[in-house]
Amino acid sequence: MIQQKKGLWLVLALVMVSIMMSVPAVPLHAEDQAEGDQVIRITAKRFEYIPSEIRIQKGVPVVLEFTSLDRIHGFTIPDLGGIRTTIEPGKVSRVRIVVPTVGTYEFHCDLFCGDGHEGMTGKIIVED
Amino acid sequence: MSVDRRDFLKLVGMGSAVFVLGTRVLPGAADVIPGQDDFLFVQLSDAHWGFSDPKVNPDYAATLKKAIAAVNSMKMQPDFVVFTGDITQTTDDPAVRRKRMAEARDIINGLKVKTIRFLAGEHDAGLDKGEAFQEYFGKTHYTFDHKGVHFIVIDNVSDPTSSIGDVQLQWLGDELKKIDKDSRIVVLTHRPLFDLYPNWDWWTRDGAKAIDLLMPYKNVTVLYGHIHQEHHHMTAHIPHHAAKGLMYPLPEAGSFAKRVPIPWDPAAPYKGLGYRSIEAKAAKAEYLLTEYPIKDKKLIRL
Repeated sequence: MIQQKKGLWLVLALVMVSIMMSVPAVPLHAEDQAEGDQVIRITAKRFEYIPSEIRIQKGVPVVLEFTSLDRIHGFTIPDLGGIRTTIEPGKVSRVRIVVPTVGTYEFHCDLFCGDGHEGMTGKIIVED
Repeated sequence: MSVDRRDFLKLVGMGSAVFVLGTRVLPGAADVIPGQDDFLFVQLSDAHWGFSDPKVNPDYAATLKKAIAAVNSMKMQPDFVVFTGDITQTTDDPAVRRKRMAEARDIINGLKVKTIRFLAGEHDAGLDKGEAFQEYFGKTHYTFDHKGVHFIVIDNVSDPTSSIGDVQLQWLGDELKKIDKDSRIVVLTHRPLFDLYPNWDWWTRDGAKAIDLLMPYKNVTVLYGHIHQEHHHMTAHIPHHAAKGLMYPLPEAGSFAKRVPIPWDPAAPYKGLGYRSIEAKAAKAEYLLTEYPIKDKKLIRL
């Protein structure tokens, strides 16, 4: 019985480790901005984000703050767990992220917004 | 898991399959069902009527017409034609959207075969939740039966979030409950139901829920469009086959930083454009897919 329990805990530990290692980033979906977080303001309009290239530091919490100049847009980073938000005109949308892994992460508008929607993209470059 | 032709054949264990120039036998095997018969249908996709960039397609005003003429010239006429979405290029102007839909419908109605099943793409339906599409082409999700095969049309574009939605998923589940587990089912949709490449919006947000509903059924095949290229993929026993488009080809997933049309090649006009026929075989319960370019029948050398 004891051997079985030990085996179970070992399996659980391995599962936990494999989950932790398979997640390249830890996006925090909390809307609230923590005190001291870096804030990066991004404007969305058909069919671009301004800025479209964002550089952040590895492991440093960042709040991405969105506004739209025209219509509803989306924002998603598929490679960061599919983190997303909807950007509505007249409202401010926020996404707080902490990315522990250096790399380039593409983002795009995931709400079809017209002729040019396919080109509404950008990237987050995570540096040491 | 994405696969090329050779990998796909290995994957599905088609080593003994019969290949003819331009055709491939694809899985979907089932026992012969009483009342079932051989039949042929054609899949057209992504005509983007209204698109007008001559660098991408200088023959933008005639490519769809050429495809229609080519289908009409087929010796064996299909029982019906399915159009898997993006019939028109999107526009913000509702009046222009309707004008494009009317024009495209008139061109497509030039088909000799008069049974045409339309699906919406996000360019047709993404800005008005399918309102104009339904005026010109009918419902965006529905079923029909043909010679023993159950066809299910799933709308994953009218919701601009690339979703099927809970209401339609409930409908899908209810429809499937009416069908035996060993029945032959062809699912028609615009976007891939699986995560082909979410970075380019080549997925359906809740597509996994639809696949889960389909999984208990032994003989399901999915035909879709959206990605403007031939592509084959398996989710367990369910094959998914993407069709070429009729306005411009797109690059392979992730091969470029941005998802932009492949420019027109004057040395190879219409390269990457085409349509396919699907022959449903009753005797061996197989689907034979034949890929056609806009002009001459394609020769596939495997």
